[in-house]
Amino acid sequence: MLDNGFPLATESNILKELIKPPTILRTVVNTITGSTNVGDQLPTGQLSVVPWRRTGVKYTNNEAYFDVIEEIDAIIDKSGSTITAEIQGVIDACVKLTGMPDLTLSFMNPRLLDDVSFHPCVRFKRWESERILSFIPPDGNFRLLSYHVSAQNLVAIPVYVKHNISFRDSSSLGRFEITVGPKQTMGKTVEGVMVTSQMPKGVLNMTLTPSQGTHIFDPVTKLLSWDVGKINPQKLPSLKGSMTLQAGTSKPDENPTINLQFKIQQLAISGLKVNRLDMYGEKYKPFKGIKYMTKAGKFQVRT
Amino acid sequence: MEQYFTLNEDLKQMLESSKDSAKLDAMKRIVGMIAKGKNASELFPAVVKNVASKNIEIKKLVYVYLMRYAEEQQDLALLSISTFQRALKDPNQLIRASALRVLSSIRVPIIVPIMMLAIKEASSDLSPYVRKNAAHAIQKLYSLDPEQKEMLIEVIEKLLKDRSTLVAGSVVMAFEEVCPDRIDLIHKNYRKLCNLLVDVEEWGQVVIIHMLTRYARTQFVSPWKDDEVVEEYSENNFYESEEEQKEKDQKVKNIYTMDPDHRLLLRNTKPLLQSRNAAVVMAVAQLYWHLAPKSEASTVSKSLVRLLRSNREVQYIVLQNIATMSIQRKGMFEPYLKSFYVRSTDPTMIKTLKLEILTNLANEANISTLLREFQTYVKSQDKQFAAATIQAIGRCATNITEVTDTCLNGLVCLLSNRDEIVVAESVVVIKKLLQTQPAHHGEIIKHMAKLLDNITVPVARASILWLIGEYCERVPKIAPDVLRKTAKSFTTEDDLVKLQILNLGAKLYLTNSKQTKLLTQYVLNLGKYDQSYDIRDRTRFIRQLIVPNEKSGALSKYAKKIFLAQKPAPLLESPFKDRDHFQLGTLSHTLNSRATGYLELSNWPEVAPDPSVRNVDVAEPTKEWTGILGIIKKEKPMEKFYSESEEEEGECTNTSSSKSESGSESEKEDKEESSSDESSGSSSSSEESSGSESDSKESTANKTSRAAAESSLSEDNKKKAKGIFKKRSTSSSSDTEPTSSEESSPDSKSESDSKSDSESEKSGSATSSKKEEKLVQDRKAPNKKDVFLLDLDDFCPVTTPVAVPIAAVLSPSSTADLEGLSLSNSSVIDVTTQISVPTETHELLHRMSGKGLAAHYHFSRQPSIFGDHMIPVEVTVTNTTDQKIENIHIKEKKLPPGMRVHEFNPIEYLEPAGSVTVSMGIDFCDSTQMASFQLCTKDDHFNVNIQPPVGELLLPVTMSEKDFKKEQACFSALYLLSKPRDADRNE
Repeated sequence: MLDNGFPLATESNILKELIKPPTILRTVVNTITGSTNVGDQLPTGQLSVVPWRRTGVKYTNNEAYFDVIEEIDAIIDKSGSTITAEIQGVIDACVKLTGMPDLTLSFMNPRLLDDVSFHPCVRFKRWESERILSFIPPDGNFRLLSYHVSAQNLVAIPVYVKHNISFRDSSSLGRFEITVGPKQTMGKTVEGVMVTSQMPKGVLNMTLTPSQGTHIFDPVTKLLSWDVGKINPQKLPSLKGSMTLQAGTSKPDENPTINLQFKIQQLAISGLKVNRLDMYGEKYKPFKGIKYMTKAGKFQVRT
Repeated sequence: MEQYFTLNEDLKQMLESSKDSAKLDAMKRIVGMIAKGKNASELFPAVVKNVASKNIEIKKLVYVYLMRYAEEQQDLALLSISTFQRALKDPNQLIRASALRVLSSIRVPIIVPIMMLAIKEASSDLSPYVRKNAAHAIQKLYSLDPEQKEMLIEVIEKLLKDRSTLVAGSVVMAFEEVCPDRIDLIHKNYRKLCNLLVDVEEWGQVVIIHMLTRYARTQFVSPWKDDEVVEEYSENNFYESEEEQKEKDQKVKNIYTMDPDHRLLLRNTKPLLQSRNAAVVMAVAQLYWHLAPKSEASTVSKSLVRLLRSNREVQYIVLQNIATMSIQRKGMFEPYLKSFYVRSTDPTMIKTLKLEILTNLANEANISTLLREFQTYVKSQDKQFAAATIQAIGRCATNITEVTDTCLNGLVCLLSNRDEIVVAESVVVIKKLLQTQPAHHGEIIKHMAKLLDNITVPVARASILWLIGEYCERVPKIAPDVLRKTAKSFTTEDDLVKLQILNLGAKLYLTNSKQTKLLTQYVLNLGKYDQSYDIRDRTRFIRQLIVPNEKSGALSKYAKKIFLAQKPAPLLESPFKDRDHFQLGTLSHTLNSRATGYLELSNWPEVAPDPSVRNVDVAEPTKEWTGILGIIKKEKPMEKFYSESEEEEGECTNTSSSKSESGSESEKEDKEESSSDESSGSSSSSEESSGSESDSKESTANKTSRAAAESSLSEDNKKKAKGIFKKRSTSSSSDTEPTSSEESSPDSKSESDSKSDSESEKSGSATSSKKEEKLVQDRKAPNKKDVFLLDLDDFCPVTTPVAVPIAAVLSPSSTADLEGLSLSNSSVIDVTTQISVPTETHELLHRMSGKGLAAHYHFSRQPSIFGDHMIPVEVTVTNTTDQKIENIHIKEKKLPPGMRVHEFNPIEYLEPAGSVTVSMGIDFCDSTQMASFQLCTKDDHFNVNIQPPVGELLLPVTMSEKDFKKEQACFSALYLLSKPRDADRNE
């Protein structure tokens, strides 16, 4: 919400109080009663010193979930060696707690965190002195923390890609072959693997056969995408075939870059671990949950 | 068109209907029309009628409509003004704020004085939120009527003194808009702003940081050493004296001490680098860049690199700023070199910026890795980027002499690239490189001459021709041949190339006229009849210069010197070189041209201005506070007042001490209304009254009731009215007077007036009064109507708004105030901290019975941070033993039904002779029953209990004795009926 160009309210909790986000139930109720999503209560949150939390929150089930999600940004060169790799992580939270709870979250190994940025609710002094996250959480979903794992630590790259892409000068055909395999996965399965690659303009079409999953080549945007799914270490997924090149044009001088997407559940690749979560200020016992996940961020393999 | 007309008719009917749902529907459609760009102005009268609607939703939409069309239909828009004026007195602070927001958004010049008054009034509102909106309104009023500047500056000055974090950002924004040059207004508030900064909302932080950057550049001396100082600042290198940063200072003869205020700013902004808001991080980064000693500036680089993870717009701006920074101080970003590696998925603008930064960061140590990286980029499918990479390689080659040859060889290899753009770019870069060291590159030139047959890009061809011409003496055999070839194709060449052919011809003519004389003349002849002016001109010029004839002037003797002079090598420079004169993080920096509203960052002063201007005497805040809130100054000490109310007013319940404030506010409002009434005559005054009437009332009824009310009032109030009018005339003439004791008397009068309406017998003398919010509100509804019927706005009893004490939770990172002022994060605390707290403590646990653990408690009399109903209790636990006591906590609460205790967080341990104060909250449920619980240590537990004195269950208010009695009379009955404390606490 802006006033004369100056941001007046940007806190999502306040905006949600002003106009409630649509849900199925609310849509039904609105259709029947003719009311709207516009909140009839004025948001009092913007008046308080904890603008991110609305007052009078009540839940029957008090629960607090934290997701530690880490993304690996990496550039892998032709030969498979890592050019640059870094880990960017976030802790997303879904807190549904009654009243004004005051939470503290501590890590087993807070030293891993090199550079952090906090939701305004986090008490910075406490973090500086004790490396503990102490905060009065906003209600609902929010990003508590985003961090960067120091570059000194070597990043374990959980997957590798073997590729053989070649264009021949003489013929209008090219060879294309990629295999994806797990590398350092700490015994977890790599899921949701997706390979995309922007092919050079000269490629007219591709005839490929995947060993698993489905693939699409869009001849207009020249974008190849291969939805691999899970990687089975016994039988590595591969995509082989040929490319048809535009006749008469010279071969592209660069091989396409391969972008990789994947997910590993129950693993924070940096080794970050949450130690404990405590709640003060309210009497009930909340249900606490924590989930780890590693994802590929901007993960590129140069070929 | 017909349909459009009927549509509007239809909307009009809906707007006139009695049902809110129909109105709402109509308003939605109208606002939809506005959004689509359709003209809905003819509905203005119909819409404006609904401005007084009770339904908030309709109201909001009408506001939207008004903001759009008020400027076009100024006369009609005036009809709505009275509604806003009324809303400005609404007890709900949010409604007051939004009324002010909309009122100030209506760009109708006639209402400027009304806006001015509204802003002034809101600036002393009790609610910080309303004050915040007043600050926003200042900018809007200024843009509507710059004439008001002086008055507005006064308001800004007042608001700058505000201690609420909510207000700080907005008022600084207003300051930046209205009077950015009035740096003197900041002096007194500088330290406060620095200390509040962490708790201000994000966007406010950005504005404040930018303002403080400018401020600091005028007030402190440069922390930069002369050996490091960049040229442009070299005149300010003389520092005064002293210790700090010893290692660095050893080098420098003049020793420099950082002003503690300068240090304060740097220290307080540093945590903001951890903000989730990119704008805040960027603002801090530029602050460090412009203000911090060079050794500290690098603290920001980590955070800036972090921002590169966000969306591409943010990336773009951040990279641009990094590019500027990295030109001047490579060291800052060197450790993050790899973060700037380009990904194939980056958009081109990001890629080129990253490349720029990589080039800036290149040095002997990392050049080999960089060049390897560049090799990949050259092959990129994005040709524009590949070309930029070649440029970058060229720059690296000139900057780092070790790799010049390697780069040159690499570039020559690229000459055989299949892509023309790459080749062309390489040629251009090689040309520049060769120019810097033409010693022994005959081979490359020959190679390039061969390329001429294949390259079609004009710039590249022109570059080759220029090279051959320039160094024709090194390739004496090839050069004439090249001229021969190009003379053949002269007519089909691009202009750029033609010019270079002419150049080549001229140069060859001068050095090797035997072979090329005819060829050159042929080319010159071709040039003579060319279509382009440029080429014909050049031809004429060259011919006169080189071909000797009788007319040729003195210059032809020097032709050789002119054409074959030693040319200075081009400097391969960063395109970001010239941006550093703009403040980083500004729009002007991004655009690389001065944008409107850009505020120049001044150079450091040679000698620091007097730092004592920033000193704030400790007494001031109290004064300020009273000034702002318009609280009546009392001769009696607060303490006395408080205890008095405690003793006498057992039943008196809490309000915040806003009473007098609200009074003064309504008074001011009234003044303004009535003055407008007076000026505009009777018509507007009847408008006024009908406007203030609820819609349902009919005008006849209105008149009669008005008359009746008037007569009833006249008897009681004649005297007072006179007094008030007098008062008004004085104060309206001197509008600028801050609310202070001067205003306290009229306001108290107006208040007692309002009372006199309902209890006519009691309207006695007008002494200062403060009464309880609740009671007023009980009577307000009927009362209000009566008074609105009267045209005497002065007697409007609208009681304003008490800032609801919201559970004030400790702010995440309150920093201690330097001056020892308690740092408050909201006005709520502001208000209550003024109430003096008795130091009397009660014993909770005696040290004998507690085996060495002693505990005392006292009531802190502040709004509880645990909830509205909680009475805050501060417990001081002392360890009188000589051993550590561990794990002190509360257990086994035995509470009467309904009572609740909010425990303090367990104390992990207490050192011998140590003591610790913790706060807990107890909801006594308005009873004086004991709260019993156990105070436990690690291995023992003691039964304790807290019994509240009656007075502690209440929040204090001050009121005169007479008022008190009056209240007491009506309150005694109420007290029996309901749980009064509950009700009051909720208000």
